[in-house]
Amino acid sequence: MLDYDFMRTAFAASGVAAVLAGVVGFFLVLRGQTFAGHALSHVGFTGATGALLFGLSPLAGLVGFTVIAGIGMGLFGEKLAERDVAIGMMLSLALGLGLLFLHFYTAAATQAAALLFGNVLGVDSAALLTLCQLAAASLAALAAIGRPLTFASIQPELAEARGVPLRFVSAAFLAIVAVAVAECAQIVGVLLVFTLMVGPAAAAMALTRRLGLAIALSAALALAEAWGGLTLAYATDWPTSFWITALSGVVFFGAAAWRGAQ
Amino acid sequence: MSALSFDQATIRLGRRDILSAASFAVREREFVGMLGANGAGKTTLMRAALGLVPVAAGAIRVLDGPVTRGNPAIGYMPQNRTGMAGLRLTGWDVVASAAVGRRFGFGGLDKAARREIDWALDEVGARALAQRSIGELSGGERQRVLLSQALLGRPRLLLLDEPLISLDPAHQKSVVEIARRICDDLKVAILFSAHELNPLVNAIDRVLYLGAGAAVIGPVEEVVTGPVLSRLYGAEIEVVRIKDRYFVMAGDVDVERDAHRHDAPHGHSHDHDDAHA
Repeated sequence: MLDYDFMRTAFAASGVAAVLAGVVGFFLVLRGQTFAGHALSHVGFTGATGALLFGLSPLAGLVGFTVIAGIGMGLFGEKLAERDVAIGMMLSLALGLGLLFLHFYTAAATQAAALLFGNVLGVDSAALLTLCQLAAASLAALAAIGRPLTFASIQPELAEARGVPLRFVSAAFLAIVAVAVAECAQIVGVLLVFTLMVGPAAAAMALTRRLGLAIALSAALALAEAWGGLTLAYATDWPTSFWITALSGVVFFGAAAWRGAQ
Repeated sequence: MSALSFDQATIRLGRRDILSAASFAVREREFVGMLGANGAGKTTLMRAALGLVPVAAGAIRVLDGPVTRGNPAIGYMPQNRTGMAGLRLTGWDVVASAAVGRRFGFGGLDKAARREIDWALDEVGARALAQRSIGELSGGERQRVLLSQALLGRPRLLLLDEPLISLDPAHQKSVVEIARRICDDLKVAILFSAHELNPLVNAIDRVLYLGAGAAVIGPVEEVVTGPVLSRLYGAEIEVVRIKDRYFVMAGDVDVERDAHRHDAPHGHSHDHDDAHA
């Protein structure tokens, strides 16, 4: 299967996105901001459809919109990320706006499906390069704020008292989340971003109680699920996104059951 | 030199004066218990000393220096410890995240940082506990692990916000004993807020009582009296003393016990934790 150029590109793209999602997703789960991550993906849908309408690259619209929304959510303060109703409203508003953009964009059907449920086989080499660059920049940024982010995520009051700039850390983190969301959306679509960002991280947390190990495990699980999904899709001709969500679900519930049995 | 001094300090939250022109000083190497009704400003006072709440008038000085945010001379244990119960990380990793959390960057800890974390955990007798998941510890065990974080960086003033909240009497006793020993061994000043005086009364050097925007500091037998507390509570207060136990009564209600009940709801789960331990 790796004889095909598009399959090699798909493996590379999904691998890069999965590792980024696994690492970023760990902090998202640690901070209890998974819903915020979910909302960002819907904002990305608006950005991507808007970009299509105006003849721009959907990836650029996706990344641009999610990053702006991410920074905005971060600057609004820690509390906003916990406001389920506000985020939920923003989420549906974004999705509705995306629908309107699609309405005006004529070649809607295939593009909409690709955005909502992903189309990893459609990633070309130019997009792959962009994905790699974005992932490298995001991981570097995450490494730069890693320690204060961990501290602020676990004990915000203490971190604030110790002089950690909470707002800056929060905004920077959500900007990184936004990029990771955009990358995942390329692979599994905006509706299924959870499967790579939250599933592996939550499973890793159930499997180990060590911080460093959990982050590495989260990235490894996300990678295994993405590549496993691609392989199974190749073998069965079923959608890749389905297989990734199936594997993610099996791993998550398996890990939860293992923990319960402990 | 005093560890913490308030000089005619006024602290305003919204339109309410939490403290109005309050003056007191905590001496170096002194263990002070801080009491007062709910909303009397115990937490706000600590946050002001940490530079997280501005001073509207007057001055606060920490170890004869001005108040600065992130002052390494202060060790702090905040009251709000929600979320810990569901956390699966080890206590060691939680303490480690606090130890290096101020520095930007990622990556492992060096030997010196590891030694410092182990030292802090040893000081509170929690080194073995810290190998376990923080969420699986009982309330009292978790409190000790979290207390170790306040010692990181060898501060000279500890601000401990309600470390006894929702602990059973046995765990309360052990936390107070640890605080007393830290005060003596490490030669730090401790300001320890609490709802009830009795668990602290034999361990503390002096008591700081807050109420009606004022603060009174002194030996327990001079501060915890009917006239002083009546002024701070703005109501007729009677103090009944039986041996080393004090009962602060307004009419026929035990004020401190009542205050504790009002504040208890968010701590219920910890109560249950302790019951199982």
